[in-house]
Amino acid sequence: MSPQYAVILFHTDAAVFRSERLLAKAGIAAAPIPTPRELSSDCGLALRVPRERADEAVACLRTARVDVASFHDLP
Amino acid sequence: MIYLDYAATSWPKPPGVLEAMTDYLTVTSGSPARSAHSLSVAAGRTVQAVREDVADLFGVADPLRVIFTSGATQAINLGLHGLLEAGDQVVVSGVEHNAVMRPIRSLEQHGVGVVVARATPDGRTEPAAVAAAIEQASGAGHVRLVVANHASNVCGAIAPVGLLAALAHRAGALLLVDAAQTAGVLAIDMVADGIDLLAFTGHKGLHGPPGTGGLVLGDQVNHLDIDPLIRGGTGSRSDSEEQPGFLPDRFESGTPNGPGIAGLGAGIQWVRQRGLDAVRSHERRLHGLLLAGLGGIPGVTVHGGIAPEDAVAVVSFTVAGRTVSDVGFRLDRDHGILCRVGLHCAPAAHRALGTYPQGTLRFAPGPQTTDDDIAHALRAVAAVAAG
Repeated sequence: MSPQYAVILFHTDAAVFRSERLLAKAGIAAAPIPTPRELSSDCGLALRVPRERADEAVACLRTARVDVASFHDLP
Repeated sequence: MIYLDYAATSWPKPPGVLEAMTDYLTVTSGSPARSAHSLSVAAGRTVQAVREDVADLFGVADPLRVIFTSGATQAINLGLHGLLEAGDQVVVSGVEHNAVMRPIRSLEQHGVGVVVARATPDGRTEPAAVAAAIEQASGAGHVRLVVANHASNVCGAIAPVGLLAALAHRAGALLLVDAAQTAGVLAIDMVADGIDLLAFTGHKGLHGPPGTGGLVLGDQVNHLDIDPLIRGGTGSRSDSEEQPGFLPDRFESGTPNGPGIAGLGAGIQWVRQRGLDAVRSHERRLHGLLLAGLGGIPGVTVHGGIAPEDAVAVVSFTVAGRTVSDVGFRLDRDHGILCRVGLHCAPAAHRALGTYPQGTLRFAPGPQTTDDDIAHALRAVAAVAAG
């Protein structure tokens, strides 16, 4: 089964909340979640977005010059 | 009681400020960036919302370039100590507050060259004087920074920051602006005005609580060129004992002043609802009333006396034959007029105005001051001057 969600990782929680607001304006539902430990120790929070809109979300954030650390499918 | 000390701090605070702080302390009170539970997330959202409000207020595209500090003084110290090294040259205006001059004099003892641009006798900062100071400083080495008080806390004179930015940039320097008296009073657009670093306080024109403020970095400033004032936990990159390089964490170690920042957000909203133009227009009218009224009282001398269109509403004056402390005490005790007397932590400005070391009385009205308040204050000054 393909994953339902992707997770976007950042260096700082300020970027998490910045991104949450930017994605909400773009109509993409994003939810802060604890960062999966197997993915990173950078920042305690990450953003979960619907998998089918993950590429669009990352593109939106990069256009807004948000420093995205990485993004991954959530198993 | 009539409060005329807005240049020191605004009072009373808008009701929404207390509500926002109470809400933070009783409902939202997780630690931002430290945990991932719902209260921590709520706190983080609150802090970020205010960060975005500040960025929007000053025309900055990236809110992560807003660094929260305990106020303008800490923000100025971050900019000065973070940027300047032995051998660098710095030019400062001749009306700076000690929030600038004390760290500058400390840096001078550690090898930073300092040139003070001469202010006019009415306390203004003229581009020609800054240009001359830059030229003088250039003879000793690279001019790294020009520092300008956006508006004097003694006489209210507004510095032409756009022109000063052009002069600084022509010399390869950055411009640091102390906006303690102007944030929430004058429209500030860091991009249009060419401001590289903006230090602001939250508890004056933005009507937030003390203990809030920040340093805003322009897009063109490489934040890695600025050393942090403090280092410590940020909630990020916890596996490393090295300070992170990314913003805002590089400069925001320690648990942030969440309730203060929440209150600052409410203060900014209050200013927005009133509108900067309305705030400025109101203060200009009161400023005009003060200048006209004080100028007509026998024995009273206004120092600076700059027209309201070129100054914020800060008026310094003295009464012939009376110490400023005595007049200030009588205004408070006998008439309920609250103002600040003395040197206002700005000896340089008083030297320019010729009021050093005796100082002045300072009337600084604000958005909640009325025309009747000014009339009452003028009658009180006349009574004290006559008595």
